[in-house]
Amino acid sequence: MQTNKLLVPAVAAGLGILLAAPAVVFPLFLIQLLCLALFASALNLVLGYAGLLSLGHAAFFGGSAYVTAHAAKAWGLPFELAVLLGVAFATLLGLAFGALGIRRHGIYFAMVTLALAQMIYFLAVQMPFTGGEDGIQAVPRGKLLGLVDLSDTTTMYYVVLVIVVAALILVWRVVHSPFGHVLAAIRENEARAVSLGLNVERCKLIAFVISAALSGLAGSLKVIAFQLASLNNVSWHLSGEVVLMTLIGGVGTFFGPIVGAAFLVSLEHFLATSGLPIAAIIGAIFMACVMVFRRGFVGEFLHRRKD
Amino acid sequence: MTDSRERRLELKGLHSWYGESHVLHGTTLHVNRGEVVTILGRNGAGKTTTMRTIMGIVRKRKGEARLDGHDLIATPPHKVAGLGLGYVPEERGIFSSLNVAENLTLPPVVKSGGMGLDDIYELFPNLEGRDKTVGTRLSGGEQQMLAMARILRTGADFILLDEPTEGLAPVIVDEIAKALVKLKALGLTIILVEQNLKFATASADRHYVMDQGQVVDEFTNERLVSDMARINAHLGV
Amino acid sequence: MPDIFGMPVAVLLGQVLLGLINGSFYALLSLGLAIIFGMLNVINFAHGAFYMFGAFVTWMVMSWLGLSYWPALVVVPIVVGAFGAAIERLFLKRLYQVDHLYSLLFTFGLALVMEGLFRHVFGSAGKPYPVPQELTGVLKLGFMFLPVYRGWVIIAALLVCVATWLVIEKTRLGAYLRAATENPSLVQAFGINVPLMLTITYGFCVGLAGFAGVLAAPIYQVSPGMGSNLIIIVFAVVVIGGMGSIGGAILTGLSLGVIEGLTKTFYPSASSIVIFIVMVIVLMLRPAGLFGREA
Ligand SMILES: Nc1ncnc2c1ncn2[C@@H]1O[C@H](COP(=O)(O)OP(=O)(O)OP(=O)(O)O)[C@@H](O)[C@H]1O
Ligand SMILES: [Mg+2]
Repeated sequence: MQTNKLLVPAVAAGLGILLAAPAVVFPLFLIQLLCLALFASALNLVLGYAGLLSLGHAAFFGGSAYVTAHAAKAWGLPFELAVLLGVAFATLLGLAFGALGIRRHGIYFAMVTLALAQMIYFLAVQMPFTGGEDGIQAVPRGKLLGLVDLSDTTTMYYVVLVIVVAALILVWRVVHSPFGHVLAAIRENEARAVSLGLNVERCKLIAFVISAALSGLAGSLKVIAFQLASLNNVSWHLSGEVVLMTLIGGVGTFFGPIVGAAFLVSLEHFLATSGLPIAAIIGAIFMACVMVFRRGFVGEFLHRRKD
Repeated sequence: MTDSRERRLELKGLHSWYGESHVLHGTTLHVNRGEVVTILGRNGAGKTTTMRTIMGIVRKRKGEARLDGHDLIATPPHKVAGLGLGYVPEERGIFSSLNVAENLTLPPVVKSGGMGLDDIYELFPNLEGRDKTVGTRLSGGEQQMLAMARILRTGADFILLDEPTEGLAPVIVDEIAKALVKLKALGLTIILVEQNLKFATASADRHYVMDQGQVVDEFTNERLVSDMARINAHLGV
Repeated sequence: MPDIFGMPVAVLLGQVLLGLINGSFYALLSLGLAIIFGMLNVINFAHGAFYMFGAFVTWMVMSWLGLSYWPALVVVPIVVGAFGAAIERLFLKRLYQVDHLYSLLFTFGLALVMEGLFRHVFGSAGKPYPVPQELTGVLKLGFMFLPVYRGWVIIAALLVCVATWLVIEKTRLGAYLRAATENPSLVQAFGINVPLMLTITYGFCVGLAGFAGVLAAPIYQVSPGMGSNLIIIVFAVVVIGGMGSIGGAILTGLSLGVIEGLTKTFYPSASSIVIFIVMVIVLMLRPAGLFGREA
């Protein structure tokens, strides 16, 4: 395949750019981009590879962010433990959402996840420890393994980079494992997968839980780097945006969500000061994408190369 | 073969597709006014698809299809019935969210001269007094009768009947056979898809044999009865 | 007066009635969602945005054209419905052949656009809309004082819901709709213009959302976010009821409004999530929903 020949140099170039980037771009912006790229890749695992549309992934991202922020600030847990706790929370939450929703197909699954996530949102508004509208502010970054001080944002960036790249490698491994092939088989033809004796529901659930855990990781990293847990992180807008990132980059392609996240985060960054209605523009891109660009950037690229 | 009677349906080199899969490969056949013509063929030969293509249910199609001179390919699917075509599908298509009365009156009347309720109950006594029954609670045979009855009500004068006897008990098959003879006597033009040769030969004038999306043979009814070996070879019995 | 769980019955009845008001909105919206889903296989995420649109158009025709409440009650649903029909014709129609998830995502984007534009133009703050003259004042019900307008909302919403239900279950047009839900291509082969029917159905249900918006304008502040807050709750209502039945959607909507009202009395801090908790319980016990036919 031609694409494979391109893959290694492209990835190497991408990594090179990311390593050098803090010299020219704000590290915080890059962190945001990395976290959302991981988030979108995690969503893609269920949307692109297991064929489940979740409209509630912000619950994992934001839920984990709140737990991590609280653990780091109120309990004074170190960076690793705080992040781990957040991820553990997201994993359990994913298990709960998945167990409740997985039996309902397609569109229903989307509604169930959306509603469950909204419940988490309301809890975040009401529970005492989340700080309501103010969120949890001034979350301490702490030290990595007690050694590396993360208060320097560039250092923070490199730590996030390493973790996110490691997590993306994990996603790659999952997709290309026998389990990934089973998911692909289910997505192709669920009825046939059932008749082959595959436990379809369990496979979907596992994918969903992995996805929730990785989304939680993305949220934890972001909350530590930005030192703020807020309601935005659990809102349905974010759940929708991450779907859009995946869609516009290319559903079911490995690099699509990363490209999509980079595109959308940059776009929002530039729009932020323009005075234009950002949400409306994002919505319009969503509509356009669904109407005429369903393959997304990477999907379109791969499709053209195939011909 | 000579045709003295008026041509009603004319298919010439008709192709059609389900998505990417090409099913009809140049089907050619015709039906004259008042004729009962059957389409025979093995499972998957394309008999149902021919009907669905005529009705415009299968949208991706090419070639020529005319009814009474009207170009069927150019006719939007909801206008086909208005030309007098009535479709009784293989799966019968009785609606479970409608009761018998609603099922019966669902298809709009397209031409005058359709059967009234009295005629219908005379033809299919089983349907009388069942108005409030949920359509799909009827027995298979009754559902078949209902599927035919609702088309006869509309005044359609060209009926596509897809395997009306499939899975039915012999008594019911006889009843439907009788109904078919009456319909023919009323002058309706009919295409019948049928596996049951005895049933097919009871009322038909001519028979087409389809295989792999094409018409591969044609018989008059007399020839079919006298040359069973040839038809059996086609059908692989 | 006797008490139930330490609550005077009068207070309880009052809460039930107040719950019915929210329930009326849930019923109007979930009814539309269920019909749209049944006919078009579309989860109309923009339903909340159309409701908001209805409330805003009501406010606009009042403040800009001086149109009063009663004409607005007729005109606004038509305007909103026509807008919806145009959306169906121009966009949704082209998405029926692809995965149903795309139409959900499309309407999601549409909701973002509508909400975002209104926020941009009008700001986030709510706009007040006066209660129409004829419906001011309160009703003395013995156990509570019910503002007349709120009573009117319950009655109007119920009437519209029941009328819609009757049309669908008892008329010839309804028979076409039900049949087309089951097997659109056969209905089309019988000579019925199904695509047109889909457009009209979508327009009508969106019009219902607009109608709910008009009803809501004098009660809730007219604000860009009013739709999305509501629609997610209505989704939960729909998951609880299951999409299979129109009557089920109405009943579920009303009863969840009541449950929410009662929770407000007994355990106020849970009132914003009680519907989601009910949803979780229903998903555990009856995954297809209370009135659902398919999982
Ligand atoms: N909806 C569909 N999508 C794709 N292929 C189809 C579809 N319906 C039928 N086919 C294919 O088209 C071919 C012809 O099918 P058709 O139903 O017309 O056969 P038939 O002659 O009516 O058979 P039977 O006697 O079993 O009813 C078959 O190979 C079948 O697999
Ligand atoms: Mg067939």
